[in-house]
Amino acid sequence: MSRNAQNDHLTRLEQTSIHVFREAFANFRSVCMPWSMGKDSNVLIWLARKAFCGKIPFPLLHIDTTYEFPEMYEFREKAKVIHGIDLIVRVNEDAIRRGIGYSTHDPVTVTHELKTVPFKAAIDEFKWDALVTGIRRDEDPTRAKERWFSPRSAEGNWDYKDQPPEFWGQFASTAPEGGHVRVQPLLEWTELDIWEYIRRENIPNPTLYFARNGKRFRSLGCHPITHPVDSPASNIDEVIEELKLTKTSERAGRAQDHVGRNSMQELRAKGFM
Amino acid sequence: MNTQSLSQPVSTSLPSVEDHRKMHVVVVGHVDHGKSTFVGRLLHDTDSLPNGKMEQVRKNCATEGMEFEYAFLLDALIEEQEQNITIDTTRIFFRTKQRAYAIIDAPGHKEFLKNMVTGAASASAALLLIDAKEGVMDQSRRHAFLLSLLGVKQLVVLVNKMDLVDHSESTYQKIVVEYSAFLKTLGLNAVHFIPIAAKHGENVVDRSAKMAWWKGPTVTEALDNFDHEDDLTGLPLRLPVSDIYRFDHRRIIAGRVEAGAIRPGDELIFQPGGRRSTVRTFEDWPGPESRSVVGTGGSASVTLSEQIFVERGQVAAHPSNQPRVGREFRARIFWLGKEPLVPNKSYRLRLLTQNVEAVIAKIEKITDASTLESRDGSSVPRDSICEVIVRATRNIAFDLHNECPITGRFALEEGGRIHGGGIILDAIAKTSAPSGKVTASERNARAGHPPAVIWFTGLSGSGKSTIAEAVERRLFDAARNVIRVDGDDLRVSLNRDLGFSAADRAESVRRASAVAGLFAGTGHITLVTLIAPLAADRAKARAALANHAFIEVFVDAPLDVCESRDVKGLYAKARRGEIAEFTGISSPYEAPESPEVHIKTDKVTTEEAVDLVLGAIDKVLQGKGDDWEV
Repeated sequence: MSRNAQNDHLTRLEQTSIHVFREAFANFRSVCMPWSMGKDSNVLIWLARKAFCGKIPFPLLHIDTTYEFPEMYEFREKAKVIHGIDLIVRVNEDAIRRGIGYSTHDPVTVTHELKTVPFKAAIDEFKWDALVTGIRRDEDPTRAKERWFSPRSAEGNWDYKDQPPEFWGQFASTAPEGGHVRVQPLLEWTELDIWEYIRRENIPNPTLYFARNGKRFRSLGCHPITHPVDSPASNIDEVIEELKLTKTSERAGRAQDHVGRNSMQELRAKGFM
Repeated sequence: MNTQSLSQPVSTSLPSVEDHRKMHVVVVGHVDHGKSTFVGRLLHDTDSLPNGKMEQVRKNCATEGMEFEYAFLLDALIEEQEQNITIDTTRIFFRTKQRAYAIIDAPGHKEFLKNMVTGAASASAALLLIDAKEGVMDQSRRHAFLLSLLGVKQLVVLVNKMDLVDHSESTYQKIVVEYSAFLKTLGLNAVHFIPIAAKHGENVVDRSAKMAWWKGPTVTEALDNFDHEDDLTGLPLRLPVSDIYRFDHRRIIAGRVEAGAIRPGDELIFQPGGRRSTVRTFEDWPGPESRSVVGTGGSASVTLSEQIFVERGQVAAHPSNQPRVGREFRARIFWLGKEPLVPNKSYRLRLLTQNVEAVIAKIEKITDASTLESRDGSSVPRDSICEVIVRATRNIAFDLHNECPITGRFALEEGGRIHGGGIILDAIAKTSAPSGKVTASERNARAGHPPAVIWFTGLSGSGKSTIAEAVERRLFDAARNVIRVDGDDLRVSLNRDLGFSAADRAESVRRASAVAGLFAGTGHITLVTLIAPLAADRAKARAALANHAFIEVFVDAPLDVCESRDVKGLYAKARRGEIAEFTGISSPYEAPESPEVHIKTDKVTTEEAVDLVLGAIDKVLQGKGDDWEV
């Protein structure tokens, strides 16, 4: 596709995301981008490189639950080199010593201990005032009301009932006292947009997304609670064709979403990304 | 039938939708003019309801002994969404054969104005319902007024409940005439007035057999004909500077083209400030080729042919078609703050990437949101509309809203939170040409930077002049106003009556600081090189220059190093007793305890020392993200 075709849908999304990245970098003292190594995260890296002309001028953070798929660790090292990433890795060693794990605990507890706790600790350690997330409005109903810039309190809480008005490209430019602002460049993208963009730009991604033996991962998380979906889609074109027809939700394979009716809300209220 | 929940976008499951960008639509109109019924019917007739929803609602009605209404469909969906924690505006999705739509905000929501602002400001189109029987009412007018304020230009008026007026064309025409005239006063123009009967689905998706006289489109046909958003590419170029990147050897001006288009080779003028340069390249990653043009909505990464002063907030334009530059304008504002908007209180004015302090100089009128009647007032309560004079503390670049909407609107912020916004109606030319004293801010505006005093202290031979000369060169080459005040020069001119006694030294420091103050007062970055051995004298100099940014640079070299350099042969003379009271030999040097910059000249190169000083100047004169590196 021509790079000069500026009026197509993907380019519009891309250009808006770049603008969001740039405004965040200009407005905040210290920016960090959590990196899950999943497809949305990898699109974010690509967009950040476009926004900053090749070089990402802030660190990335990987909260390593120690339950990543082995291929993800390989991908992490490869991508680090390809993109020249300044990567901070954090593990909640304390929780692991206390024996927190999927064989003994429920997914909500494990996710909280191994993701949210070290994540908050890293924010305290580095005092970031802006965090770039890969949240998309279409992922989950609780995400539909997110803003481009979403202030969070020092406890990571989201005052969804009293969000600042956001209009005409003017974002909340100040983090609450002791808190931070979540910057969400992918807010208006859909899962299909993500894949079509990955194809157009040829963005490196883990091959776990492509089917082997009739199954593929549509969303990637900790391996004990992430299940592949039935799918013959073994390459990117087939994934895109499949997504155009599917009626199941993207996170159907993510067990932590389905423990209770409000599990996602519970996680998010506690500061989950 | 689409089986997804309506709180999910439909795009991933709709392969047949040609244009899968969702178009955002607001639905407004007077209470009871049929908004909910219309939306319920629209969802039903476009086949956008989740499986079983219709049956479920019908069953509930039967259980409650109520007649089924399409409005209940919408109520049921909203109730479902509100069980999620996150509701502050509701989005309802539907689709036509052409594309997907999102209706922003449910009709009748509590915080109407705030939601209207957040939602409708991004809406591409609006549907406004008028009850054919009741005719034009308060909110019919109020909502149109808000649409005009928010810049929603694509408007379709739905004359609803035509079934209650016997589908009468003359009743319809009467409303068209009356309401068109009203819209005209707001500068709005409805693309269509469509006669509908939402309850029966007439002219919503399907044509009404009972209104054969209507030759225009149905509602969905009209929507499908809308443009996705205003194309501003035909307008003059407006490229607000978001940032300046110097991650490598390149100096890249980053920003989003908000109107018009930009190409390599274009001459640009940056306002306010008025400096000019030419676009050398676009630095698109990953390359190797970059775009040949960046149009409206595109993010640009521009290198310039000349190294001119550029900072975040400035707007790049073509010299032939520039934005206005000024400090004062008349605006129509909507105010959402919990505290009322009051005159002479300081707010942050945000217009594109510009962020300046501003006050409301005058409240001209406050408009009642329901009657549209205007009154005088000394403060503007929450959820009101008003016309005011806004006065910024320094020049900004802007357009009138009717010339270029995107540079003609702004937000007002207080305490880091946006509390209101508005559109610019008129620029207020200064009543007379600038008169009286030339002010510091006028000087700064011309120079493109504020002044500062950089005071180099240290032993004779420590390297003060060498570093100061190199700093001066770098600043000069970067087009800064810079001047150097050298202690040795002063000694043979202004200070030639002074010796080396403590009193004379104090006087020489006082005179040097007075001279530095004069230069800084004319906007210069003033570099003073003076031994100034006594801490008390230097403290007095700092106090005397308190109006300006002041950086003390301690040029620190051990005495033996200075003596071994002895460029001017002074140490030898002092040792021979030919110079009395020579600092370091026969007179004390009190090293600064906490200088802004401490340079150990025996440890760093001149280049490194210069970078240290320039870094400190950077920090003092500009915040992060501004282009002060030289």
